[in-house]
Amino acid sequence: MLSIGWMLWNQSSEARAAFGLGFLKPTLQASWDPVLDHFQAWPFIYGTLLTSLVAILLAVPISLGIAVFLAELCPSWLRTPLNWLVELLAAIPSVIYGLWGIFIFLPRVITPLGNVLAETIGKVPLIGVLFTGPIPASGASRLAASVILTVMIIPTIAAVSRDVLEAIPNSQREAALALGATKWETIWQVLLPYGISGILGAVILGLGRALGETMAVTMVIGNSIEGSLSLLRPGYTMSSVIANEFAEAVSKLHTQSLIEIGLVLFILTLLLNMMARFLVWRVARKTPQDARA
Amino acid sequence: MTITYLSRETMPKDEQDHPVMVKVEDLNVFYGKFKALSEINMQIQARKITAIIGPSGCGKSTLLRSFNRMNDLTPSARIEGKIYLDGQDMYQRDVDVVDVRRRIGMVFQRPNPFPKSIYDNVSYGPRLYGIQKKRDLDDIVENSLRQAALWEEVKDKLGVSGLSLSGGQQQRLCIARALAVQPEVVLMDEPASALDPISTLRIEELMHDLVKDYTIIIVTHNMQQAARVSDFTAMMMIDDKRSGRMIEFDATNTIFTNPRDKRTEEYVTGRFG
Amino acid sequence: MNNIKNIIEAQGLKRKQRRKTANAIMLALTGLLTIIALIPLFWIIGYVVIRGGKSITPGFFTQLPKPLGMGGGGVLHAIEGTIIVSFLATLFAIPPGVLAAFYAARNPNTPLGIALRFGTDVLAGVPSIVIGLFGYAIVVKPQGHYSALAGGVALAILMLPTIIRTTEEMLKLVPASLREGSLALGAPEWKTSLSVLFPAALNGIITGFLLSIARAAGETAPLLFTALGNERFDLATIIKGGIAGHQTIFQILGRIFDQPIDSLPLTLWKYAQMPYPERVDQAWGVALVLMILVLVTNMIARIWIEIRKKRLRG
Repeated sequence: MLSIGWMLWNQSSEARAAFGLGFLKPTLQASWDPVLDHFQAWPFIYGTLLTSLVAILLAVPISLGIAVFLAELCPSWLRTPLNWLVELLAAIPSVIYGLWGIFIFLPRVITPLGNVLAETIGKVPLIGVLFTGPIPASGASRLAASVILTVMIIPTIAAVSRDVLEAIPNSQREAALALGATKWETIWQVLLPYGISGILGAVILGLGRALGETMAVTMVIGNSIEGSLSLLRPGYTMSSVIANEFAEAVSKLHTQSLIEIGLVLFILTLLLNMMARFLVWRVARKTPQDARA
Repeated sequence: MTITYLSRETMPKDEQDHPVMVKVEDLNVFYGKFKALSEINMQIQARKITAIIGPSGCGKSTLLRSFNRMNDLTPSARIEGKIYLDGQDMYQRDVDVVDVRRRIGMVFQRPNPFPKSIYDNVSYGPRLYGIQKKRDLDDIVENSLRQAALWEEVKDKLGVSGLSLSGGQQQRLCIARALAVQPEVVLMDEPASALDPISTLRIEELMHDLVKDYTIIIVTHNMQQAARVSDFTAMMMIDDKRSGRMIEFDATNTIFTNPRDKRTEEYVTGRFG
Repeated sequence: MNNIKNIIEAQGLKRKQRRKTANAIMLALTGLLTIIALIPLFWIIGYVVIRGGKSITPGFFTQLPKPLGMGGGGVLHAIEGTIIVSFLATLFAIPPGVLAAFYAARNPNTPLGIALRFGTDVLAGVPSIVIGLFGYAIVVKPQGHYSALAGGVALAILMLPTIIRTTEEMLKLVPASLREGSLALGAPEWKTSLSVLFPAALNGIITGFLLSIARAAGETAPLLFTALGNERFDLATIIKGGIAGHQTIFQILGRIFDQPIDSLPLTLWKYAQMPYPERVDQAWGVALVLMILVLVTNMIARIWIEIRKKRLRG
């Protein structure tokens, strides 16, 4: 019987050895130089957070649309095939997303998109900071990573949200429709609010996936720690730097810095996971109790 | 089976004040190939309570749901025949079903308030129709809750969730919610069957008050309730093809004391069903 | 109270029309979004098939990689690797997983039971690369070298939550009365478990296995620092050499499991980023093979679940 708990502690003790070394302040400005043995984690944290948040922003509306369509509108003969297709999207291995990304998606979609964005939003003050700078010809950028992440987390958010919607008792729909609401009004004003906790849980699950996603992101993000904040420039994420550098890390400090980044990633996903479970639990409790006399 | 219309004793006096509000003409309802209702004909008078009774499975609820086109929600449902609301065929092509549902409200067997506050529950309907100003909404909410005999009990806690009320209160909340859009007809599908006897009686008292302003059609499997509450009663049963039919329709008094059809007599005297 | 009705009538058609239009637009939008989301699916599969198809020759499956510039050569080492590592992972994942599921299902309220359930949920959410780091810490570091064994351990950890969950689900469906009946007849605890619970659990185990292997076969990150990759892995040679050298089967197995090994996803990862077009082409081929493998396993899992559902309905 595997003690899962043991596993958790073990991981932390490994990384905490790194912690003791003091140089590691994950929140400050960047520099990451294996040669000089000088490590700070900010660029990776920023990269992970930025790409994941953008991915969530893009994925949530799309996923909700899919969930609503599948749960409420889809004719029943279409339902099973579509559900299966959406799940298929989740089954594709991450490296294949990366491969497609590098050679097909990036040159054909991201690079032109990046150029357009740089010309338009990039010139706007304030937000423009996120959209400045020429996008590399290859398209390798945080934008690329964000978009691919979006595609990858859509099935997660959509499937859970769909389950949440399907679990809402029919009496709610009937009550709203009997008052003269249109179908959309029922969905938007009654069903979605009813299921909001569960949907939020789905989003957090998706966020967790995005944070931890490694391969596809690494292949398209450019793996650079230049200081720019922009989406259009290449960046680096926590999981990517571990993937790229761990096997060749020589100095002890280097290795342990990487492990510490792993620890940060681990704690982040852990917290998110617990939050998501809590929310889903809350929805289960909300199912109306039988009418008391 | 021929249908018995209203007996002469009741018609002339009432006809001015209680014109025919809903008229059902040769209604057949199908779920796919299955014929759930056959050749239903009836006339519902305005501001009277009409009860539909019969053994379970005879199609009472299907008939009720045909009135506000809730059967449309079942993909395989199909309708032949006409149902007139105040002279207008509701199943005609260009009729807006949203409109129909505002004019014909519904209260369900199990209370189903939204997981919102009491205030938001009741104001949901009016808001759909564009009533935005707080003062208007406040008025409507209070009026509806008064009509549903719930105002005194909740007036200080309108912001509380509708789900925190007791079963009987929740049902009255649902009634208030339905009344808030000022329907002309209120359909009630076994409204008290999920409630305790005291709440049941309260709802029946409520109906006596409501009928002054609204036409009420109630489905119930509780014959005593039908006898207590309604002005007219329709008796339904399934025929040998398992299709629901209306076998008798008359003043409640007549149905319960002197029914024409033997099966009605058997049912109301409890010999079966 | 007539004013309300008048308000509604006064607004008349305009608002009604607006509501209807909004309804139509939003509903159509959801359908549109669904289509948009599915576009990448077809796009990716399409390209993998087209470009990958070009590299697929019989030799692709049966040969080891040839040095660059020589043309031809295959990815046999990766195929062998995937199979070996998956086999090890299954071996490591199923026993503890099943045991854990049994315990958790029967003792849901003990501290250990709660901890197990909690731990399973947590483990399910851990990023695969962190699992890889963990695998490194507990196998590679102590051993001093990378190996298929380490890779198997890492993937096993990945598979564990799924197996535990599905097995536990199936166990929970067994009515308590069956268990009690058996115990009442005097059957000892373990025998009850075996004869009554195990068949039920088997369903769950198979489901869990199918689902998790579909995922594990396609994972790269956990293997990056455990199995590492090994272009020179040659199963046939090892076996032949072992037989010729009169090694016991354990020694041969040891040689197989104890060295770094490649897998299909690992190979894809490496080849895709090489500056050599011939390797890139092969990467597409690997993608095709991998995709088929994963999708077929996934489909088998779904079909199995459907069969199981139908069986339950009796």
